[in-house]
Amino acid sequence: MTARLLRAEWTKLRTVRGWMAGLAASSLLVLGLGLLFAAGGHSSCSQGPVEVPCPTPPLSRDGRAVEDRFFFVSRSLDGDGGITARVTAMNGQIRLPDATPGVRNVVSGVVPWAKAGIMVKESTKQGAAYAAVMVTGAHGVRMQHDFTEDVAGSAGGAPRWLRLTRTGETITGEESPDGRRWTTVGTARLTGLAHRVRIGLFAASPGDVRVVRNPLGGSASASRFTEVTATMDEVTVRGAGTGGTWSRDDIGVELGPDGNPHHPGAFVGNGGTFALTGTGDIAPDTSNGRIEHALTGVLIALVVVVAVMVSFATAEYRRGLIRTTLLAGPRRGRMAVAKAVVAGAATFAFALPATAVTPPLARGILRGNGVFTLPVGTLTEVRVVVGVAALLAVAAVLAVALGLLFRRGAAAAVAAITALVVPYVLATASILPDEVSRWLLRLTPAAGFAVQQSIPEYAHVIGHYAPAAGYFPLPPWAGFAVLCAYAVVALGLAAYRLERRDA
Amino acid sequence: MEATIEVSGLRKRYGRTTALDGMTFRVRPGRVTGFVGPNGAGKSTTMRVVLGLDAPDEGHALVGGRPYRSLRRPLTHVGALLDVGALQPGRSGRDHLLWLAHSQGLGARRVDELLDLVGLAPAARRRAGGYSLGMRGRLGIAAALLGDPPVLMLDEPFNGLDPEGIVWIRGFLRSLAAEGRAVLVSSHLMSELQDTAGHLVVAGRGRVVADVGVDELIATASRARVTVRTAASPEAARALAGAGATVTVGERDTLVVSGPPAEDVVRLLGACGVPFSEVSAYRATLEEAYLDLTGGFSGVVR
Repeated sequence: MTARLLRAEWTKLRTVRGWMAGLAASSLLVLGLGLLFAAGGHSSCSQGPVEVPCPTPPLSRDGRAVEDRFFFVSRSLDGDGGITARVTAMNGQIRLPDATPGVRNVVSGVVPWAKAGIMVKESTKQGAAYAAVMVTGAHGVRMQHDFTEDVAGSAGGAPRWLRLTRTGETITGEESPDGRRWTTVGTARLTGLAHRVRIGLFAASPGDVRVVRNPLGGSASASRFTEVTATMDEVTVRGAGTGGTWSRDDIGVELGPDGNPHHPGAFVGNGGTFALTGTGDIAPDTSNGRIEHALTGVLIALVVVVAVMVSFATAEYRRGLIRTTLLAGPRRGRMAVAKAVVAGAATFAFALPATAVTPPLARGILRGNGVFTLPVGTLTEVRVVVGVAALLAVAAVLAVALGLLFRRGAAAAVAAITALVVPYVLATASILPDEVSRWLLRLTPAAGFAVQQSIPEYAHVIGHYAPAAGYFPLPPWAGFAVLCAYAVVALGLAAYRLERRDA
Repeated sequence: MEATIEVSGLRKRYGRTTALDGMTFRVRPGRVTGFVGPNGAGKSTTMRVVLGLDAPDEGHALVGGRPYRSLRRPLTHVGALLDVGALQPGRSGRDHLLWLAHSQGLGARRVDELLDLVGLAPAARRRAGGYSLGMRGRLGIAAALLGDPPVLMLDEPFNGLDPEGIVWIRGFLRSLAAEGRAVLVSSHLMSELQDTAGHLVVAGRGRVVADVGVDELIATASRARVTVRTAASPEAARALAGAGATVTVGERDTLVVSGPPAEDVVRLLGACGVPFSEVSAYRATLEEAYLDLTGGFSGVVR
């Protein structure tokens, strides 16, 4: 019965040329607007007067783009060993918005995620595997490894004793208030860690991110230079091959046009006391372009899909075709479901090739234009590609449900667009306060757009995690589930109303 | 499945308007049953209730002994033509039949058979929006016959048809009934059912006014009257009236005489020397019989 209804609804859908053309157009819009977006993206970089290829961010072992910029004072370590040090103080400076234009406005202070401590790193190359235990500006003691992993220790700041022990691939981080009573902060397993690694002291200070409200009610963020100077003593290094001298590496430092380092770090050793000055961060890169940017056409495609599917549903009522439909399938709820399923499946089938092909094509074009796209894991890319096609499919289901509920095309289309597109545009256009935007993307069907977010929020990386910057308040599948819930409820209401009312 | 339609005690109100007020009748197989009555008598509402589109407030309707909404592949049980305009204009006639066929588990071959049967094959792949009313009627008949159903229900199938189309449908309905199907055809114009319906269900104000065979109805309405065709109708009328007969003037050169049997009429006219060309038993038209039947019923007379 249901298979026959599905087949009948599919025959209905495919035999009206305008509907098929609309679905094809939605697919081409995703592709075309994606490529247009990519073709319009350019970046150029110069070294003084000379144009040079833009640098690409370093990649971590798992292929993630990372920021890996800090000052590292290290020795070699062969095999098992460890390091102990005491962070006695952290000071620094923060550049603020210029009070007088053109005059640097720098105050002293330490940003919350400024970090200083001890680290084991496979090499001094950017992106190399590492594990570190550290004291932060305002987030207490942390154990971090491989850029994305972060475990909190005690809440206290400097002075604090830190100890890092390597046993094979396992690194254990400990802290102590006095160098005698130790507690474990965390352990990290760095699979495939080389026999010979670097072990030493480090300091880093990420940019100071400030969010300012704009006059419309939205917000914008800016990040400004900061640096930290950490004082450490009681440094001991244990293990084979650690007998050499300290080498100093300003990891990831950029060279200015004159060949001198830009914002260099520094190291001053005075007897057993070390002072390290560092800037930058050891964290996943969240600042570059993302694969979902290539799928901007989805918003317009969504409007087309909604128009087609509302028409698919309300055509039943425009000329009394619904009676013929109900004569052929008198179990009305099933008819409504069959129609919605066909609408969703057809939309998905049209959308998926476009959402699958567009990101890699756009990435290629952008690369040619000197624009870097943040790489993501295969699973994430598949989730974005399938999720966005599914987003369109569920929007189609919602449109059919609203069409059957309202019975009039204009009303149903307005309802669907108001539910889906308007909240998304309002929330991401940077015209509403961030918290209002977040609630819109939690409560309305537009929550489903969360499925396209490829780069997650990182609690240990400061950033402007607002919808306007592409960060959704709900996890991808949870947001998608909100949209699905709306579609299911609307379809249920439509089926109920069909059952109850004379046709 | 038994080819019957049973309607029993249907009541339905729309706000203050009573649409159905105890509608009860039964349609049997093997003949065309005309469902007649003026607009607003409840014919269409009854059909929609039978087809499960509208729910009655009271009573029930069964097709082949079962409620329509319980039927699997319903178009193989009942074929219906409700509104010839219920088409998606952008879809071809063939595709319209195709989705209906798919909904019943039937294939494109059955669709093409029907297109040939109703004579729509040449236009089958054109947009239905461009069809004439006659073509839409043929498409509607094809849709009703798609599942080869034992029961057929057609609501005002003659509406808007050209004379050729009307003749075609009449013949079609007679042959479908002759195959043993139960055929219910509603109409507000009796003349359309002339020579087609074998039985009549006459509706007025939401209930059945008469449920009667057409032959019986016409015989009753004819009331053993005699038709006289004569060029000298004033003289004939005078002679017959003089003998105590009631005479009414009919169509061209005819008189309708009630009272004396035909032999007495022939004898009287002969005796008076009035020339005549024909004397025959009078046969009322279906329309006349219908008016005769419903004459006393204020809701039906128009």
